[in-house]
Amino acid sequence: MNRLFDLRAVIGGMFTLYGVIVTILGLFDTPAEIEKAQGVRINLWMGLAMLALGLLMLLWLRLNPPKPVETTEEEAPARED
Amino acid sequence: MSGLRLDVDFVDYLILAIYFITVLGVGFMARRAIKNSSDFFLSGRSMPAWVTGLAFVSANLGALEIIGMAANGAQYGLMTLHYYWVGAVPAMVFLGIVMMPFYYGSKVRSVPEFLRRRFNRPTHLFNAVSFAVAQVLIAGVNLYALALILQALLGWPLWLSIVIGAAIVLSYITLGGLSSAIYNEVLQFFVILAGLIPITIIGLVKVGGWHGLVEKVQAGPIGDAALHTFSQTGSSDNPLGANWIGIIFGLGFVLSFGYWTTNFAEVQRALSAKDMSAARRTPIIGAFPKLLIPAVTVIPGLIALVTVQGLGAKEGDLTYNNAIPLLMRDLLPNGVLGVAVTGLVASFMAGMAANVSGFNTVFTYDIWQSYVRKDRPDGYYLRVGRIATIVGVIVGIGTAFIAAGFDNIMNYIQALFSLFNAPLFATFIVGMFWKRMTPWAGFFSLVLGFLASLTLYLGYLGDVFAFNSDLEESFWGAGAAFVTAVVVAVVVTLFTTSKPDDELRGLVYGLAGPSTGVDVIVSGDKVWWRNPVILGAIALVLAVLLYIPFW
Repeated sequence: MNRLFDLRAVIGGMFTLYGVIVTILGLFDTPAEIEKAQGVRINLWMGLAMLALGLLMLLWLRLNPPKPVETTEEEAPARED
Repeated sequence: MSGLRLDVDFVDYLILAIYFITVLGVGFMARRAIKNSSDFFLSGRSMPAWVTGLAFVSANLGALEIIGMAANGAQYGLMTLHYYWVGAVPAMVFLGIVMMPFYYGSKVRSVPEFLRRRFNRPTHLFNAVSFAVAQVLIAGVNLYALALILQALLGWPLWLSIVIGAAIVLSYITLGGLSSAIYNEVLQFFVILAGLIPITIIGLVKVGGWHGLVEKVQAGPIGDAALHTFSQTGSSDNPLGANWIGIIFGLGFVLSFGYWTTNFAEVQRALSAKDMSAARRTPIIGAFPKLLIPAVTVIPGLIALVTVQGLGAKEGDLTYNNAIPLLMRDLLPNGVLGVAVTGLVASFMAGMAANVSGFNTVFTYDIWQSYVRKDRPDGYYLRVGRIATIVGVIVGIGTAFIAAGFDNIMNYIQALFSLFNAPLFATFIVGMFWKRMTPWAGFFSLVLGFLASLTLYLGYLGDVFAFNSDLEESFWGAGAAFVTAVVVAVVVTLFTTSKPDDELRGLVYGLAGPSTGVDVIVSGDKVWWRNPVILGAIALVLAVLLYIPFW
């Protein structure tokens, strides 16, 4: 959607933030929490994965930015009837 | 209900709050792009295919779907896969390849509008009103289910969840219309996956990987039957209680094609795409995630079956519907727990937003503009759309409290689908491929098909007809509706007058308008990875291949 902001910025921004929060949490997970997750450092791994998704979205936006807004008149909204 | 209570902390709430703020922010930002009613109701037909495709699958990925499919995974085993690979993917591919040229090419703004141009105004009004009512009812069910789950997981009172959920969905749709619904659906898609993936990973580690899961399931209550999909469907003696004919034709053809190809809440996502090629690819792009979603719904269901002692109770905390919440409670540490809660909340809002944005479009264009106030300036209808959104959500809140009176919400929804979508699909498919079908044939096939299904449903409720399960009733109800609608369409056509060919151009196969000739349907786009037919064929082949290990 040219006239609209780009969705990749929203997904990228939110997941980067989630990634940072959850990764930091994962670095300081207590043994009890790791125990609950069956020994998997799930906060760390999911945090890094979400961070990667967020950064990839932002990278995609950077490499392939939205086309500049065209100034053509928008098409007539209503049709027959 | 305290048994399901999650041990959430500050970070979990922070994650949920960030999500709410982002969703509202999308609404405010989308608002600036809205200049006319087409922007509000159809996103100005400007969305790229990856966005509409993910929104297409996300609109279906409501929490009822996720919780329900995990519940089915625990109850029926891998036969639940049929809901995805037979019951969704073929219909999505069919919509993209065969039906989308008619929908998008005829420039209609809604599914009911297609019916008005193909048939007549009574058909249109019947469908528009029944769709609007059904959407509000389903939005209410989503809201009520959201409130139930938040009460169980977080201890929030029902009214608080209902008001917060409704207020957020109301705000972002009133502000940003369909664009904001679609953008948020794509965001929800990723959040839902981020919430479900850790449940699956930790669950699999807990049961000793895939092999551990297989061994434990074989020793479990369903036994080896839980690990097969087709090999035991020669008779109805299998966990699902349905044979292959019922699965392929009932679920795979009538129910699934009815839902995916005529449900405007879904089709609307494709109509907002920027061009014909993107519109046709929308459901097909959606089919690829749909192929893989069972990995994070059905498999957690099986994990819950073998790890949660006593799962499958008729009531209380251990019902099948609580498979996912129970795993969240048992396995997720704070942090990913917050993401999973956010994913569940997101999926409820996705479902509800899809209903509300479908409702406001049909109400404004197909009811208000067509029958109540014609020929007003465009800005007037934009205002009507915003007011319809508010009214729809408020009525939805009311029906949420009605839904509280039903003990099985899923069955209520299934019943609605088999009542409305199965006859609609029959009317559509005959009308699209048989140009002689008359306007009144459209009307009567729709109404009598609906009545046939309603008769079976009421008869089943009143013990006049006996079926093995609610599921079986919905298969037969949909089948009866379909057959009735087709027969009535043919019979009425013989006694009434067809529309002249010129009025049907672009709406019926064989009467090519600019967009519905054979060449358009077969070709599509220049490069192969944007060609709907090739992409659709890949999706179908994958659906078949995925069945092989679980035969």
